[in-house]
Amino acid sequence: MSVFVHKHSRVIIQGFTGQHATFHAEEAMQHGTTVVGGVTPGKGGMTHLGLPVFDTVHQAVQETGADVSGIFVPPPFAADAIMEALEAGVAVVVVIADGIPVQDMVQVKRYAADRNAVIIGPNTPGIITPEACKVGIMPSHIYTPGRIGVVSRSGTLNYEAVQQMSALGMGQSTSVGIGGDPVNGTDFVTVLRAFEEDPGTDAVIMIGEIGGPQEVDAARWAQENMSKPIVGFVAGVSAPPGRRMGHAGAIISGEADTANAKMDLMEELGVHVVRNPALIGETANRVFS
Amino acid sequence: MNIHEYQTKELLRGYGVPVPDGRVAHNVDNAATVAEELGGESWVVKAQIHAGGRGKGGGVKVASSIDEVKQFTDQMIGSHLVTPQTGPEGRLVQRVLVEQASSILKEYYLGLVIDRATQRITIIASASGGMNIEEVARTHPERVIREAVDPAVGLMPFQCRKIAAQIGLTGKQINEATKLMRSLYRCFRDKDALLAEINPLAEVDGGKLMALDAKMSFDGNALFRRPGIMELRDFDEEDPKEVEATAHGLNYIALDGNVGCIVNGAGLAMATMDAISFHNGKPANFLDVGGGASPEKVGNAFRIVLQDPNVKIILVNIFAGINRCDWIAEGLVQAMRDQHIEVPIVVRLAGTNVEKGGPILAASGFPFIMADNLDDAATRVMAALGGSA
Repeated sequence: MSVFVHKHSRVIIQGFTGQHATFHAEEAMQHGTTVVGGVTPGKGGMTHLGLPVFDTVHQAVQETGADVSGIFVPPPFAADAIMEALEAGVAVVVVIADGIPVQDMVQVKRYAADRNAVIIGPNTPGIITPEACKVGIMPSHIYTPGRIGVVSRSGTLNYEAVQQMSALGMGQSTSVGIGGDPVNGTDFVTVLRAFEEDPGTDAVIMIGEIGGPQEVDAARWAQENMSKPIVGFVAGVSAPPGRRMGHAGAIISGEADTANAKMDLMEELGVHVVRNPALIGETANRVFS
Repeated sequence: MNIHEYQTKELLRGYGVPVPDGRVAHNVDNAATVAEELGGESWVVKAQIHAGGRGKGGGVKVASSIDEVKQFTDQMIGSHLVTPQTGPEGRLVQRVLVEQASSILKEYYLGLVIDRATQRITIIASASGGMNIEEVARTHPERVIREAVDPAVGLMPFQCRKIAAQIGLTGKQINEATKLMRSLYRCFRDKDALLAEINPLAEVDGGKLMALDAKMSFDGNALFRRPGIMELRDFDEEDPKEVEATAHGLNYIALDGNVGCIVNGAGLAMATMDAISFHNGKPANFLDVGGGASPEKVGNAFRIVLQDPNVKIILVNIFAGINRCDWIAEGLVQAMRDQHIEVPIVVRLAGTNVEKGGPILAASGFPFIMADNLDDAATRVMAALGGSA
């Protein structure tokens, strides 16, 4: 079992014929993902990677029955692409683009408010249910099927944690990158709730960063609503205040925003906090066994 | 991206936000001319740097004669202004803003931010103006009013009236404040701002409201569609190493330790710094080479990190997803050939094409210190530092 994407997911790629989209669509298919087509406006009717190309998401959904979309269009066009996917009824929209204007995402969130869809990202490596469905850019060979859910803001730190897990024989039910932007589609709470409800997930690793209240909000939610254990880490103990550390969302703007303050609060709320990022796998192994 | 106060005020004036009459001056004569043309009996001379807290460092002075305007301008321009936000080395002042002085009856705070909790543009207002708003929020949270804006309809007049009443404005000021807030919001939307702050928003002689100090910062990801804002960028206010890094597609932030870091991905870069700190080391920088790092990019990363004379060792930590370890390895070898690198290099490679990356480094003959994982990497950094100290 898994959350959001699974072996029956039917995936389309927006911006399908681009270089990165092509590479990662092929990679996803080799990993067992059912990619059913793609969208590139103006190239409808073509065949790409042996799959149909459509001008609009609406057409793609009608023709292929797609329920998941991976959005690979450049950041200036991403908001429009996300709304197009939502309007067409896609249930899970995965947004890889890094650098979408924040106010565009504010509009997207408003547009998504009364639609029953999940937006993963933006600025995410994507989502993967190992050997069943991958929508994103992560190196799929490091992921193995298992019963631990992983949710993170950072992409490469997600890989780091997963490799540490794999080295100890722990596999993943689903790994979700919620992305590094300050306004994003899905927060930690939404993903934790999905993991709690998923019979295929026994425990969760949650990896956060400096900036924003959402790690602590998630821990507070989990204390009241979650039966499964969580191991948590927050990157940026050594980050200086007021500086944006790569991710637009990673900026310390107040005392409660620091990595240590967040980890202290998470610990009080019952999360098994690991302070050394090199020991995420080891800690999870100890706590979950 | 931040801009100067005088630029913010010019922008806001264009949107109908009341700001004091004033202009920027680049030298003493210039400042005197501005003051004469403004007229009146007293003026404010304000040093233009991007850091806040200028008043505390002597960067804001009230002059009651043209001679004083000249004197204060002379003191400020060319000096390094130290404020609580600049660090001990201060920031070089290259221009001042000369404004007509206003007599202040009461000070308020007004700000617009993109709030992570509501995920919307949110107005923050307080009757406790002229102070650090974070401090007010901490000590007297009830004095800070928040109102989120629904993006479907924008900031509505009723919301502005509600905020105005909550911070204690009455009578004609309610409508005046409404107009001001709506103008500020329009500017914020039009220009893709991330933050707009008027502190203080002052009630001046005659009861009029006026933005005495104003600060805005803009979304770097939206500058492609805001050429007018991009022109306001002042490279003198930024670390030259950071400007160079940006030009090469690298994300670099200088810190004060001695372990240079070259990492891919912002989260892993922070975690790498944290792992070093956990072993009681001190990172010299944050550096994210990003995705698709070419050998040239790796070479540039080395050049930038090594411009910092404090760097005694470099840790390269790459977990390749969209990247390729063999390209990174080629970049490392090339950098060793092209640059005189005398500090030890600890390398940890993982992910895509890792099986090709290791042999390239081994075959090069350079003394890379190879690490198996993040913890091993931090341990080896500290061991190498201990050995050379």
